[in-house]
Amino acid sequence: MRIAHEILEKNKGTENLCLIGIRNRGVYLAQRLAGCIKKIEGKDAPVGILDITLYRDDLTLIGQKPVVRKTEIDFDIDEKNIVLVDDVLYTGRTVRAALDALVDFGRPKTIQLAVFIDRGHRELPVRADYVGKNIPTSKAEAVEVRLEDTDGKDEVVIIEK
Amino acid sequence: MTWIRKDLLGLEDLSREEIELILSTAESFKEVSTREIKKVPALRGKTVVNLFYEPSTRTRVSFEVAAKRLSADVINIAIESSSVKKGETLVDTGRNIEALKADIIVVRHNSSGAAAMLARHLNISVVNAGDGWHEHPTQALLDIFTLKEKLGHISGLKVSIVGDIAHSRVARSNIWGLTKLGASVTVCAPKLLIPAAIEQMGARVAYDIDEALSSADAVNVLRMQFERDSGAAFPQQLEYFKDFGITSERLKKAKKDIILMHPGPINRGIEIESSVADGANSVILEQVTNGIAVRMAVLFLVAQANDKSQTVKVSESQSVRESK
Repeated sequence: MRIAHEILEKNKGTENLCLIGIRNRGVYLAQRLAGCIKKIEGKDAPVGILDITLYRDDLTLIGQKPVVRKTEIDFDIDEKNIVLVDDVLYTGRTVRAALDALVDFGRPKTIQLAVFIDRGHRELPVRADYVGKNIPTSKAEAVEVRLEDTDGKDEVVIIEK
Repeated sequence: MTWIRKDLLGLEDLSREEIELILSTAESFKEVSTREIKKVPALRGKTVVNLFYEPSTRTRVSFEVAAKRLSADVINIAIESSSVKKGETLVDTGRNIEALKADIIVVRHNSSGAAAMLARHLNISVVNAGDGWHEHPTQALLDIFTLKEKLGHISGLKVSIVGDIAHSRVARSNIWGLTKLGASVTVCAPKLLIPAAIEQMGARVAYDIDEALSSADAVNVLRMQFERDSGAAFPQQLEYFKDFGITSERLKKAKKDIILMHPGPINRGIEIESSVADGANSVILEQVTNGIAVRMAVLFLVAQANDKSQTVKVSESQSVRESK
């Protein structure tokens, strides 16, 4: 809710505002943000879905092969203010891939980044415009955001790897 | 479900889950071709070699388009203009392509088993684009993908395959794929073009075209492969059209919304009436469009499975399957 207010404040309302969730959990968070925005402004901000599997630079490195799923952006992103939404910001590589994917769809006016958790350890020059909570972590830990929509319960869990 | 095979040789070896994984991956890739910039960087820096020992336009171009939309580099080798004319064997040609550090060979060959032999001898990925009378897996996958897109499911469907079953790798791959997904398959052709063992593959045989059409949800019409004529088996063209050709008259007796497929190239007036090929039931051109998405999915999956040290030879993946 606070992030929704911040987004509206920075973008001065919902005009030209679009939310794009990064699969998987970013999508649900984007939809929740859109719900909050609707409550505040009474207006809809379109929500798109981005699958970044095909843009990853670490496809060969991760053991579990990710499943490619659909990207669904059924609106024009040219000259729009896009807010990318993801659950956890870590190395910044997902965001890098998402930026590459987005520019293949058009030329947005701005791209902003909203994340639910920022856990540090960036490997790329990436920062978030809106952060739900900063959680200092060690690289030996994993941060899992669980959502009612996907996991039956809203919670953030830090696990020792 | 994870894809672990370095090659795609046929649908006979695949499990139902593996076929479904290809189909769902293809669904995601279909969107790429609708973008203004029809390209994703997934296979950037990979080299795909199309090695075609038989003439082909649509399959080769489809593989080429698919590879390019994944940002791979593509090299086409047409055998008429290659060293095979100087006597090089298939495996030697394959080894040379491997030595060039290519990543995937897409091979079409007139001998059944050619792709499997190549895959055994090479560490890079091999995709079968048709081997003799044996299999043409990507064609069957795109047929199944198109059917699923149109009807929402495969399980329980009745699919008839009409035409030169004996010489058709498309028919064989379709029978394997469709039956694994729970459809029932009827093949229909003149007696001499029905191979003896076809019922062991799980297909029903009909010698009467109206019977094959009567309750079918979809019909896949095959081309008469006159170039494979080995003797007296082939009927005269006109006679075939009279007895087995798909005409608007015959379709009137079938289900109203029967889906009409054809792997191409079509011979108008031999196996299919011209107006039917262009008619409302025909999905022939949608098959071509879907072929790109299906081949993108296949190239992507085999490249991913074969990356780095994760090479899984056919024999290993088979034992994995058996141990399940």
